[in-house]
Amino acid sequence: MALLDVQNLSVKFRTNDGIVNAVNDVSFSMDPGQTLAIVGESGSGKSQTAFSILGLLAQNGFATGSVEFNGKEILNILTPDLNRVRAAEIAIVFQDPMTSLNPYMRVADQMAEVLVHHKGLSKTAAVKEAVHMLDAVKIPGAKGRAQQYPHEFSGGMRQRVMIAMSLLCRPKLLIADEPTTALDVTVQAQIMSLFSEIQKEFGMGVLLITHDLGVVAGFCEEVLVLYGGRVMEQGPVDPIFETPSHPYTRGLLKAIPRIDKGTKTLDTIPGSPPNMMQPSLGCPFEPRCQFAIEDCAQRLSPLAEFSKGRFRSCNRVSEDIA
Amino acid sequence: MVFKQENIKNLALVVAEQDVKGRSLWADARKRFFQNKAAVAGMVVLIIVGLFALFGAQVSQFTNDEIDFMVIGQVAELGGPSFASGHFFGTDDLGRDLFARVVQGTQISLMVGVVGAAIAVIAGTLYGATAGYIGGRIDNAMMRTVDILMAVPYMFVIILLLVIFGRSISMLFVGIGLLSWLEMSRIVRGQTLSIKNKEYIEAAQATGVSSFKIILQHIVPNLTGIVAVYATLLVPLMILTESFISFLGLGVQEPDTSWGALIFEGAGTMQYGTLWQLAFPLFFFVITLFAFFFVGDGLRDALDPKDR
Amino acid sequence: MSTSLLKVEDLRVSFSLKSQGDMPWTKSRVLQAVGGVSFELKQGETLGIVGESGCGKSTLARALIRMVKATGRVVWMGDEELLGLSKSQMMKYRSEIQMVFQDPLASLNPRKTVGQIIAEPLRTHNPKLSKDEVVAQVKAMMQKVSLLPNQINRYPHEFSGGQCQRIGIARALIVKPKLIICDEPVSALDVSIQAQVINLLMELQQEMGLSLVFIAHDLSVVKHISNRVMVLYLGKVMEVADRDDLYDNPRHPYTQALISAVPIPDPKIERAKDVILLEGDLPSPLAPPSGCVFRTRCAKAQAICGEIAPELKAPEEKEGTVLALEKESTHRVACHFE
Repeated sequence: MALLDVQNLSVKFRTNDGIVNAVNDVSFSMDPGQTLAIVGESGSGKSQTAFSILGLLAQNGFATGSVEFNGKEILNILTPDLNRVRAAEIAIVFQDPMTSLNPYMRVADQMAEVLVHHKGLSKTAAVKEAVHMLDAVKIPGAKGRAQQYPHEFSGGMRQRVMIAMSLLCRPKLLIADEPTTALDVTVQAQIMSLFSEIQKEFGMGVLLITHDLGVVAGFCEEVLVLYGGRVMEQGPVDPIFETPSHPYTRGLLKAIPRIDKGTKTLDTIPGSPPNMMQPSLGCPFEPRCQFAIEDCAQRLSPLAEFSKGRFRSCNRVSEDIA
Repeated sequence: MVFKQENIKNLALVVAEQDVKGRSLWADARKRFFQNKAAVAGMVVLIIVGLFALFGAQVSQFTNDEIDFMVIGQVAELGGPSFASGHFFGTDDLGRDLFARVVQGTQISLMVGVVGAAIAVIAGTLYGATAGYIGGRIDNAMMRTVDILMAVPYMFVIILLLVIFGRSISMLFVGIGLLSWLEMSRIVRGQTLSIKNKEYIEAAQATGVSSFKIILQHIVPNLTGIVAVYATLLVPLMILTESFISFLGLGVQEPDTSWGALIFEGAGTMQYGTLWQLAFPLFFFVITLFAFFFVGDGLRDALDPKDR
Repeated sequence: MSTSLLKVEDLRVSFSLKSQGDMPWTKSRVLQAVGGVSFELKQGETLGIVGESGCGKSTLARALIRMVKATGRVVWMGDEELLGLSKSQMMKYRSEIQMVFQDPLASLNPRKTVGQIIAEPLRTHNPKLSKDEVVAQVKAMMQKVSLLPNQINRYPHEFSGGQCQRIGIARALIVKPKLIICDEPVSALDVSIQAQVINLLMELQQEMGLSLVFIAHDLSVVKHISNRVMVLYLGKVMEVADRDDLYDNPRHPYTQALISAVPIPDPKIERAKDVILLEGDLPSPLAPPSGCVFRTRCAKAQAICGEIAPELKAPEEKEGTVLALEKESTHRVACHFE
């Protein structure tokens, strides 16, 4: 059975200027222990997809569709029920760790609070477990540092604290929302290698949300490419990077300067990101797509499997865009 | 390459077109403001009160210092509000037409509020923006001066001023003007500090724009939002202060009057069955204050960039 | 041989910090943001400056245009020393050196129209120009950076991030500068937009014969755009070399770690490659390590590294490494073991 099964998820936001369609009809599923990346640029709906899974949408947002976790529906369920799932089975790590750490509490106390509350541990046992977790995320001198406040940690260390905190209840699924975007590249390397290790150790599924295709290449098994709130392409990481089947994925991969190769000029994707206020009937990428045909503005082929395990949503056949 | 050619064709087409009009932040804010019903209602009330102050004297059958000897001594029986007698709001205890007096009081009270706020806007903005932009020691000295001035019990100072130099409207303006800009300068300075670190200020500095121009062209326009909001909220505060002073009997001089003075008189005669003497000035006082607060709130919501 | 445009010698910037509640007579702590940086930039060249946050790269940029106080020498076109100039003398050079900022939207005044924003440097340096002339020049410049000239009356919030950055570039180019300092110009942009802006910068550089100082934390982008690359760590130059030399043959342990940490968007290569993981955190710039500033995280560190700060010098030739020493190497590295 799938660990996480998302079907026809749509997220809309009511704003002063009208309705924003952040996510449109997104479906995917994840097996236990799998690493899945949701890749997209700003405004692609990747973060809102994750937030809606955990019921963390802003006040003016609402989600429709279905999200099943371990066979149980968790989309739009009551907060107490959701809280149980959130703490014990799905954890999230945010881009900016400071937003989820209380600046006035010692790290050990914050972590212990989670355990006391959800697992009914005694305070001393909880603190001990917290220190153990800080150790697991390789914070040097974990015992002493646990007694410090969040601002005494550097950005990378704070992210480690966040990861340790998310691991406390041994979740089955870890959602990481741009966990390394705010970090320097050497720190990013440290954190990503930590993710790989703890994933092996704890055997949980990781849903990585990122815009960085390099990070995806090194860490994930499956990729979901989002654009304009829709899934453009989905499949195992290797073939997608080798032979991208969607014009957007293809353009994206060519637009990145590579450190391992010399590039004369970068191929670009012309135009600007889509306006989410006016969803197009057809493909959101159509205005920027060099392979677009007339049909594309009106209609978008639904996500369909075109070779084993690989899905794409495009009106042109994949041979045409090679 | 088909794409590029098409692009260029499009470009040529658009170039031939007229310049597109921009949608400024002010236009956005105006739209949001007019969507806020309470704020629009407040605005309408303010306009009506303003018209009342401007043209009420034309409607009135009496002047504000004319004594109607018919009702004197029998104010409770004969001085009530009626259209027949021409005293739309009744008369006061001395038989003077309350309508005319309320019109006159509204003029004074609004003027005190607006002048007080205007002083605050001009002095406070320039003072605060200068202190914030220059920074360092000068900022420190300027803001500590404000702190010291704020520590002075202003009501005491105003009362002293009025007692020593005599009660007059101009003295009242001086007193209120002295205190109103202090808080404003603090707010403006705080805002300036955050604007100062924006990259567009850096960009202007990098290209060699003078400090004076930066303050006027880059900082002040970006302060207008917060200044406008605070000024609308300051007007009722000024009116309240004036009313308080008048209520103490130190405000404007007879036969001139203000809302505070009228309320004071009305409150004094409550037990003689002339409730209208309190009710009319109080009504104007209350709706105006509410209207200003609603408008201020509306402005704040409309101008708050977080909403976007 | 092209001529030298900018020669920087021993540039140092330090800030004195006072914490809240300090008494006026308390001695303030000194933070050295840039500690003795030297480099030379030739006309038409691009110098990439890379380093992680807190390495002083943005401060360095601001020191060059005298937005922060610095000591040392900044020689412009071989004759004028910029740091010693008075404010009015400096004005002349402000139009020749322009800057492009990191945050596309925050670097544009939200209350001004695009036309006013782009025209500002022009009006500052050419106050005699007529209004029509200014508008004509602004429109021409907008076309050059692929913005529609009829959008001249729009406001920044009506544009996307990439377009805002184009506005920023247009503002920098309108006074026909010789040097543009780009402070992380693409780091706030999406990948697909980033490529557009990089290409635009490179095209304009060709067309107008510009020199660029390109500051970024993204090593791949710097590799793509630069002729020469300088690596900073805690305000000190670790290594500087021609682009290919630096990326193919990094000599400093920090450069090596930095390059190995950059993820490559190719699963096969990325999974197979060895990442040199640095231990620990960046030391506080208030109390930098003695000797070599990198030694606290360096795998090669020995006793000498704590005592003597290594000089920036040409690396020694070693067995097994092919160094292009036939032509005079311009590779410089600050490490005792190279």
